Amino acid sequence: MKKRVVHYINNFFAGVGGEDMAHIPPEKREGVVGPGMALQPALGDEAEIVSTLVCGDNYMGEKTDEALDQLIAWIKEEKPDLVIAGPAFNAGRYGYACGSLVKKVQEELGIPAFTAMYDENPGVDTFRKDAYILKVADSAAGMRSAIPLMAKFAKKILNGEEILGPDEEGYFERGIRVNYFHEKRGSERAVEMLLQVMAGKDPVTEYPLPKIDRVDPVPPVKDMAHTKVALVTSGGIVPTDNPDHIESSSASKYGVYSIEGMEQMSKDLFTSIHGGYDRQYVLENPNLVVPLDAMRELEKEGVIGELADYYIATTGTGTSTDNAKRFGEDFVNKLKEDSVGAVILTST
Amino acid sequence: MVKEIERAGIPVVHIATVTPISLTIGANRIVPGVGIPHPLGNPKLSEENEFKLRKSMVLKALDALQTPIEEQTIFS
Repeated sequence: MKKRVVHYINNFFAGVGGEDMAHIPPEKREGVVGPGMALQPALGDEAEIVSTLVCGDNYMGEKTDEALDQLIAWIKEEKPDLVIAGPAFNAGRYGYACGSLVKKVQEELGIPAFTAMYDENPGVDTFRKDAYILKVADSAAGMRSAIPLMAKFAKKILNGEEILGPDEEGYFERGIRVNYFHEKRGSERAVEMLLQVMAGKDPVTEYPLPKIDRVDPVPPVKDMAHTKVALVTSGGIVPTDNPDHIESSSASKYGVYSIEGMEQMSKDLFTSIHGGYDRQYVLENPNLVVPLDAMRELEKEGVIGELADYYIATTGTGTSTDNAKRFGEDFVNKLKEDSVGAVILTST
Repeated sequence: MVKEIERAGIPVVHIATVTPISLTIGANRIVPGVGIPHPLGNPKLSEENEFKLRKSMVLKALDALQTPIEEQTIFS
């Protein structure tokens, strides 16, 4: 009997519009849709994608429980042998959606499930311990190489084969240790490793330390009424002519823009160039992302000391964490020079 | 960016709708946004109520900035 597979994708990959349709609730379609059309032949005759579940990333992000409950109910009906989500590449909300679903499928239904993402997708760190996440490229251009990888992994699971370590299978390390007998005992390996280090080589560690970059919370603001507050956003709000040519995704730069003397973010002066959300509301009212109108009123009321006469902006979607870190390291110097004592950072 | 601001010693609050992503990237003070395309307001409301909502959210963010915390905290 053919094994049954349910595939989850977002509205974009289902061909249901772009960001303007990211609000759509879950839907269930018979058979293959979008990437499933390539995945099905790669799976061969042993498995069949019986249905494809689709949901808008915004709906999933905003009404996660409702969306997951509906999806889980449908998956339960289908009685699949495996659930595959994505690939989500470097799309953060999609990665979060895929990760949330595969986690819940395993926990609530006990059905194997996996997804696939790019290294820097925030979904990787959130869900790598909960599920297999295969390593794929950062954009849909990598679909061609992602499909065989996913199909191969799917077949292994469906055939009940042993899933080997992250390097062998190409998934993100899950922090799981499996005992096995090595041909050489530990003391021998340790001495070999030591000799390699002494020879100036770089041996591969057997126990990589986790790279967790956390910053301890700083003490709170003591006297807000005398503090200068600055606004920063990753929501892509820039002057209408986008003077710094900030990219609509995968930003390589940020901008500092004057709001001196302005009571609110005027839609005639500011726009959004962000390619990762439906901009219709923000184009009408940029204060939805850069809350200048509210800040000005609180400034007048004396709740804050003053508002910095500029805001800082970049586009968050697809932007590498290395770039984001570099932007931050760079603009904090300006914030410090200008005696900014608190920052509100808004993200879309 | 949030982490670099905090690392420089400046208190920072992150207003974001998908709070799990905010937690993953390491923000310490987090205020949930209203919606992904409109974190600070609800376009379905009247202009007046919409502004009131935004102001209340900014006030919540300012409160978060004035609250001592030991670990990552979502102020919802």
